[in-house]
Amino acid sequence: MTDAIAVTGLVRTFGQTRALDGLDLTVRTGEAHGFLGPNGAGKTTTIRILLGLMRADAGSVTLLGGDPWRDATELHRRLAYVPGDVTLWPNLSGGEVIDLLGRLRGGLNQQRRAELLERFDLDPRKKGRAYSKGNRQKVALIAALASDVELLLLDEPTSGLDPLMEQVFREVIQEEIERNGRTVLLSSHILSEVEALCDRMTIIRDGRAVESGSLEELRRLARTSIEATVDTVPEELRTLPGVHGFKEEKGGHLRFEVDNDALDEVLRRIAGAGVRSLISRPPTLEELFIEQYNRRPNSERQLGVSR
Amino acid sequence: MNDLAGTRRLMRLVMRRDRLLVPPIYLVFFIVVVSFVSSFEELYPTARERADYADINRSNGGFTTLYGRLYGSSLGELVAWRAGFLPVVIALVSLLVVIRHTRSEEEAGRRELLGATVVGRQAPLTAAFLASFIANLVLGVLVAVAMSARGLPGGGSLALGLECAGAGILFAAIGAVAAQLTSSARGAWAISAIALGLSVLLRIVGDLSAESNGTVAWMSWLSPIGWVQRLRPYADEQWWVLALIIGATGALLALAFRLSDRRDLGAGLLPQRLGSATAAPSLRSPLALAWRLHRGVLGGWVAGFVVLGVVLGSLAESIKDMLNDNQDLEDIFSRTGGASGLVDAYLATIMSILGVFAAGYAIQSTLRLRYEESAGRLEPILAAPVGRLRWAASHLVFAILGPVAALTAAGLAAGVTHGVNTGDMGHELPRVFGAAVAEIPAVLVLTAFTVALFGLLPRLTGLAWAGLGMCLFFGLIGSAMKLDQWLLDLSPFTHIPHLPGGSVSATPFVALLVIAVAMAAAGLAGFRRRPVAD
Repeated sequence: MTDAIAVTGLVRTFGQTRALDGLDLTVRTGEAHGFLGPNGAGKTTTIRILLGLMRADAGSVTLLGGDPWRDATELHRRLAYVPGDVTLWPNLSGGEVIDLLGRLRGGLNQQRRAELLERFDLDPRKKGRAYSKGNRQKVALIAALASDVELLLLDEPTSGLDPLMEQVFREVIQEEIERNGRTVLLSSHILSEVEALCDRMTIIRDGRAVESGSLEELRRLARTSIEATVDTVPEELRTLPGVHGFKEEKGGHLRFEVDNDALDEVLRRIAGAGVRSLISRPPTLEELFIEQYNRRPNSERQLGVSR
Repeated sequence: MNDLAGTRRLMRLVMRRDRLLVPPIYLVFFIVVVSFVSSFEELYPTARERADYADINRSNGGFTTLYGRLYGSSLGELVAWRAGFLPVVIALVSLLVVIRHTRSEEEAGRRELLGATVVGRQAPLTAAFLASFIANLVLGVLVAVAMSARGLPGGGSLALGLECAGAGILFAAIGAVAAQLTSSARGAWAISAIALGLSVLLRIVGDLSAESNGTVAWMSWLSPIGWVQRLRPYADEQWWVLALIIGATGALLALAFRLSDRRDLGAGLLPQRLGSATAAPSLRSPLALAWRLHRGVLGGWVAGFVVLGVVLGSLAESIKDMLNDNQDLEDIFSRTGGASGLVDAYLATIMSILGVFAAGYAIQSTLRLRYEESAGRLEPILAAPVGRLRWAASHLVFAILGPVAALTAAGLAAGVTHGVNTGDMGHELPRVFGAAVAEIPAVLVLTAFTVALFGLLPRLTGLAWAGLGMCLFFGLIGSAMKLDQWLLDLSPFTHIPHLPGGSVSATPFVALLVIAVAMAAAGLAGFRRRPVAD
């Protein structure tokens, strides 16, 4: 099976700024892929290039087996897009916009449309100018999800949704992936959303991918945090390579983080120090993410700031 | 006074945002008025020559339509008469400023951001009005000072300054009211455009009637534009009209503040209605969407053009009456086609006005392309299987056919009414209709200019309005200011023959159409290649 999206070495500059600086991104067919990164990292630029709204300066992009710029119209029959900031025509009702966008894509599942309106609790009769931000977002979501397409490009699709609707969104996307085998590229800031929905993810920063893989793979690359209570503190831990942020509290209570390739060595030292309690916790996605955020631009892993 | 807290700061914000908009435009207005003095001094140096000039032009209904009534032949009277179109354009700028800083801000949600700070309920409206008030007052003072510095009588100069300032201030107040009525800035625009259009129309009908000893001369008194002209600079000034202007401004402002006090932020007085839960089966293509977006504006313009056609066409016959009391003039005109030549000159003038209006409509609807793009509503369409050219074409259909329909409708309306009045439909209708249709190639050049800006320089699409302003100014002041021919040739309207009555050859029409096609093609090619929403 080919990849739904294959991006290598993508570059796009705006004047002096390099918005994308050699980005690599691979989304396999049938997977939900999380696309994470701080504000201004280049997520939206990437999606706009994938939609053929903008041309890349360098690098190769393949979307559903085609060139997103040259074959834009053909490819768009097979995908649906939800922007992070939906604007509607002030004098068209939400229902009209859903129908219009669906028909432009070549058809709309009426039953699905009705079901989604119900689940998202949206009044389709209101005019565009009367909707709140969350409701405008729902209009775009329903239009995308009621279309019969292979690929969903979602750019921060839940911004403005309340927690209840966020939950509905997760359920619906889950169904899309499991039942209908759709491919999803989900750009998001909401890490729990990505963690819940996505098989694999790419973290981007300053226009390049800094991490890519499943959550398990990302964790393996990162540090585990350890809390332990020991009888005698093994002093050599303070200086052992791979140990970060070593803290000793009263009563032999230790807290520190370990690079995963040093974990074996560290556990062996602790085991000889009379362990009374031990908690080892893999990093959450949030920790992984913040670690990437805090890193200096263009610096490599060893310069990471320990927390 | 808490309602006004923060007004001063907001006023500074308004002025900061408008510093590249209002001062340059007003500077042009000022220069135009001042240069009229030297052009008239140069072209008609003696009192005798001015008297002849005044006699001939007073009887030209086209000029009465454009500038208003000419009361005498002194230098000041000629200048004030020729500057008679200025109140309309000043009014337009003032409406723009007030609506832009009130309803547009509210619709965009920025007013909410400000409203949450220490800013009183009425401060934004007050600030917008005051900023416009000050700009107009400065213009008025400058005009008055410059005119008397050129040696014109002080009283008349003051009146001319007040005519300019008064028009701006009155319409700033009208804009303030319009901004309270609808929840969209476009709606407020439509309401104030209708108010301004009606004012101009009433003024024209009243003035033409007065010049031809008709019975509806009083209609000028129903028009704010008529009021400011009734200050009669240099022609036995009627100072009491000031009281009318000030009183009306006060009343309009009181109304605006009262309305603004009673409504919720973001709401209009006219209620919102629910729409349809599903789209009509026909709403399935970019063209169908474009029809939804353009049809209201199209209907408004066509209706407006029909009214203009009927009113201006029905006045054509009365132009002849302007000659009745002047045997010498009748002799002059009989050599150049007689009274019918005078009617033709009038009809040719109104057709060129309608042409410029239609170009305004063409630019407005072509800029819809950019408006959709920058509002973020193009992306969802292009993310569907819709090519860029197909989308652009769907809007251009209306940007091209809309003004054509409006001009055609106006030509038919004017032709039929004039035909009925003269009892010679078979002769008059084709002539008048043809004159209206002849403006179309020039309108298309401006449409194509806008398309070229959209495709190649999308951030500078506002220049389309500057292009129209240039055409309008060349048309209104070109002959009086002796501008170089090459400059006048830049305006496509210069190349349209004076119809009815002038001689016609195909060359200018073909040339204009070729230029239009080339510019539009360049624009569309640029749009295909450039990033969207750049």
